[in-house]
Amino acid sequence: MMRTWKFGDNIDTDAIVPGRYLTIYDPVTLASHAFEGTRADYAKNVKKGDVIVAGRNFGCGSSREHAPIALSGGGVRFIIARSFARIFYRNAINVGLLPLVCSDADEIADGADLVVHMNEGYVESGRKKYAIEPVPGFLKEIVDSGGLVDYARNLEEVETCTGSRS
Amino acid sequence: MAATLVEKIFSRKCGRPVRAGEVIMAPVDAAMIHDITGPLAVQKFREMNGRKVFDPKKIVLLFDHQIPADSLPAAENHVFLRKFAIEQKIENLDIKEGICHQVVMEKGRASPGEIIVGADSHTCMYGAAGAFSTGIGSTDMGFVLKFGALYFRVPETIRLDIHGDFPRRVGAKDLILALAGKIGADGATYQALEFAGETMHRMGMPGRMTCCNMAVEMGAKVGIVPPDNETWEYLKTRRKGTTPFALESDHDAAFSSRHRFDVSTLSPKVATPHNVDQVVDVGKVAGTHIDQVFIGSCTNGRFEDLAEAAEVLGNRSFHDDIRVLIIPASRAEYLKAIRKGIVEQFVAAGALVEAPCCGPCMGGAFGLLAPGEVSLSTSNRNFKGRQGSAESFVYLCSPATAAASAIRGEITDPREV
Repeated sequence: MMRTWKFGDNIDTDAIVPGRYLTIYDPVTLASHAFEGTRADYAKNVKKGDVIVAGRNFGCGSSREHAPIALSGGGVRFIIARSFARIFYRNAINVGLLPLVCSDADEIADGADLVVHMNEGYVESGRKKYAIEPVPGFLKEIVDSGGLVDYARNLEEVETCTGSRS
Repeated sequence: MAATLVEKIFSRKCGRPVRAGEVIMAPVDAAMIHDITGPLAVQKFREMNGRKVFDPKKIVLLFDHQIPADSLPAAENHVFLRKFAIEQKIENLDIKEGICHQVVMEKGRASPGEIIVGADSHTCMYGAAGAFSTGIGSTDMGFVLKFGALYFRVPETIRLDIHGDFPRRVGAKDLILALAGKIGADGATYQALEFAGETMHRMGMPGRMTCCNMAVEMGAKVGIVPPDNETWEYLKTRRKGTTPFALESDHDAAFSSRHRFDVSTLSPKVATPHNVDQVVDVGKVAGTHIDQVFIGSCTNGRFEDLAEAAEVLGNRSFHDDIRVLIIPASRAEYLKAIRKGIVEQFVAAGALVEAPCCGPCMGGAFGLLAPGEVSLSTSNRNFKGRQGSAESFVYLCSPATAAASAIRGEITDPREV
């Protein structure tokens, strides 16, 4: 049974994966260190399909992609927060983890069931519906491709704003 | 139509007027990778079927987080990147030069009007050279390595007009900590922070770098200072053939907000555990017990920072009960400090002076804190566990405050020693 893991405001990427594990790139190993020192029960118990719920500025700090990888490596596919730090937001989308902005994320309880209705624009938890903001247009294509690697794999070149191709 | 400095940078690049909020695929003038985020960027580049990088001359590659290699995995990552550099004909600065951001600046790899990305969040620092520069993750960097371009959402700008003269032993770090306290950890998310006004104009490049470096601690995409004589002088010997040109926000540009800040009554600031925006006057935490003092990092590891600490130290010794770690930001800055006798002064006073690298700020290499220990640090982040145990505590301050505190063995107002 999937569940929510509730966190507060300003959850930084050092809290998600401490600096001493940054030589590791394997998703499952990184997942075993997720929230180490911050929330002891998380890494042991997180299951495929679980959802992270947080307050403001989730993922602030370092640009380490180890952070979203540690979460997706544990089976998490969605993070629902009031807001995200910029680099984490892009990194999450790039590695196929979906950051969803929900202004009422604070109301969702820890350990609750939660179902994401992406196309309808809401999540449902404890028989209540919470609106989520759509992913910005230019990132939608990357999301639909399953991440930036799959989006870019078959591209030979991109057209830049200068009109040139590179 | 009136435009901000950042809008002008993107407009110049695209050859048409570009406005905040637009999303564009822009070519980059430089891309920086290091030993922590580099291996994954290379892996992603290959997964994207990248064979040759877009332009080896535009890539800055060096190691600074775990140097000299502090573990077998770190040594293996270094070897992996060395091989990639040879294969792709990229100049590899390896472990020799220092912290990536300082090295990019001092080698003249960032210049006004350029668009630069780095696989490190403090890449926002090159705005001190009038460039638009921002931190990205490894997958975005893999994309950049392949295509030499990236999607950017052109950011809105928060304009800060800084006025007044700093009081004695108060400076750029106190200013940026004060601003972090006011703006908050996410108060500038997705926006550019433009530092302007007479105080910035009078400030040297080191202070500007300190301010721009910490823009990301307020969520900003870049911290930027309008280029002036100081900027062009700095670049004269570092980037041959650079011709000065005018680049600044129009007075009637559409800023998302604009704030005036007077530094003449500013007091030394300290960010308390565990968030950078929990900022107080040093007096509020004076007397706090500390175990370790760290003077260094991309925020405050330049010669001027070390000289600021040395001036406070004088011919005294550091307190017997604490460990003092001093790490210059680069080989060039280290040499300046050696030649001025500052390194000798520090060592004689009881400090450990290490070779240029990220040091304890990396939270994994060395200088880690045990549970319950307290660090006072001139670096940029005091998150829980940032410098070791999740049960340790990090306070952030200026080099002057760090030196004064290291003398007394507790957090101390630098104006009182």
